Amino acid sequence: MSADPTTVLAFETDCHIFSGCGFPAPGLHSFLFEPIIGDADSNIYFNKTMLLALLGTVIIVGFFWAAFRKPKVVPGKLQMVAETGYDFVRRGIVYEIIGKKDGEKYVPLMVSLFFFVWMMNLWSIIPLAQFPVTSIIAYPAALALIVYVIWMSLTFKTHGFVGGFKNLTGYDKSLGAVLPMVMVIEFFSNVLVRPFTHAVRLFANMFAGHTLLLLFTIASWYLLNGIGIAYAGVSFVMVLVMTVFELFIQAVQAYVFVLLACSFIQGALAKHH
Amino acid sequence: MNPLVPLAAAEMENPLFPPLPELVIGFLAFVIVFGFLAKKLLPNINRVLEERREAIEGGIEKADAAKIEAESVLEQYKAQLAEARHEAARMRQEATEQGAAIILEMRAEGQRQREEITAAGHVQIEADRKAAAAALRQDVGKLAVELAGKLVGESLEDHARQSRTVDRFLEGLEDSASKAEAAR
Repeated sequence: MSADPTTVLAFETDCHIFSGCGFPAPGLHSFLFEPIIGDADSNIYFNKTMLLALLGTVIIVGFFWAAFRKPKVVPGKLQMVAETGYDFVRRGIVYEIIGKKDGEKYVPLMVSLFFFVWMMNLWSIIPLAQFPVTSIIAYPAALALIVYVIWMSLTFKTHGFVGGFKNLTGYDKSLGAVLPMVMVIEFFSNVLVRPFTHAVRLFANMFAGHTLLLLFTIASWYLLNGIGIAYAGVSFVMVLVMTVFELFIQAVQAYVFVLLACSFIQGALAKHH
Repeated sequence: MNPLVPLAAAEMENPLFPPLPELVIGFLAFVIVFGFLAKKLLPNINRVLEERREAIEGGIEKADAAKIEAESVLEQYKAQLAEARHEAARMRQEATEQGAAIILEMRAEGQRQREEITAAGHVQIEADRKAAAAALRQDVGKLAVELAGKLVGESLEDHARQSRTVDRFLEGLEDSASKAEAAR
């Protein structure tokens, strides 16, 4: 590394407590990667998160390819597992929220979303990768944008322009005088806030989870000196606990993301709002 | 694997600001996953799930068909059994009737034979009686003539007289006998 005084290392591997160096706390810099290929300034580059995103894509497609390429009426083990996952999203989320008749069309989208998000989250605890792709806002944003575009086009296709506007603003005559206020709030909520929070909810959860994991992992290493060794043990237990917790959160966030996507589409399809 | 990034290189590092290249890659990666799943793999599994559903329902339908067939066979069997019972009853009835007819016939035959035998007996008895009466008449006539001859001392062996006298006597006897019979 260069000796530039403005340079702060994300993680100095030889730094321990009582050896004269401060705690290298994780921060925003932990979520920035130098491009493997290209230049960060030119906007044409390839970095670790992109590699993981594409690798994750290969894994998902490979898994479902192996399971569903030649499916059998009497399923093998792999097909059974994949079917369980598929069925969970189809019946457990799409049919539940949108309904069987209207929802069938959106099953492939929701299944793809669920497993894509889950895989990208899972990278967080897969050794060597150990970075949740979804903790980079661009990935959740891309997914939320896709859902948003489908949601909006569906709203106006189902209800027409005026009807779609009423649908998005929660138009209801019986509200009387407060109707304009409600419409403004609903418009903001539906059109601007919802897609934003949809992406940020996933991003922030993964961001926070990864930060926590980093914190305890770095601490376990940093404390590994003198009396600090005892505390390093505690910190390492926390690493294990947080890893299990992350495993849970990753699945939950994938579920929530798809659940919200379904509820948006259900709202767009609803006859009366 | 651990690229160390200088803070200076990320002056615009707002974590909520999506960098375009990542946005594009994310979009692309998702579209690839969606394309494979939506175009090939999920239709595949849906087809198989449908086949499975049909196979299960087909099994149920088959079982239903078998049940219906079994019921119809049972029905047939019962009908046949009832028919057989009916037939047996009919045959028994016939046999009983036939038996009764045979008994009646036998009885009539027996009666007829008995009567025949009885009639034959009567005829025989009558003939025997007649023969005995003729023999007796001859013997009695002879004895009476002999006795009378001895008593009278004259020979009454003149055939003509003898015959007349005996006949007269015997007619008298027969008359008295028939009178006695009539009185009885």
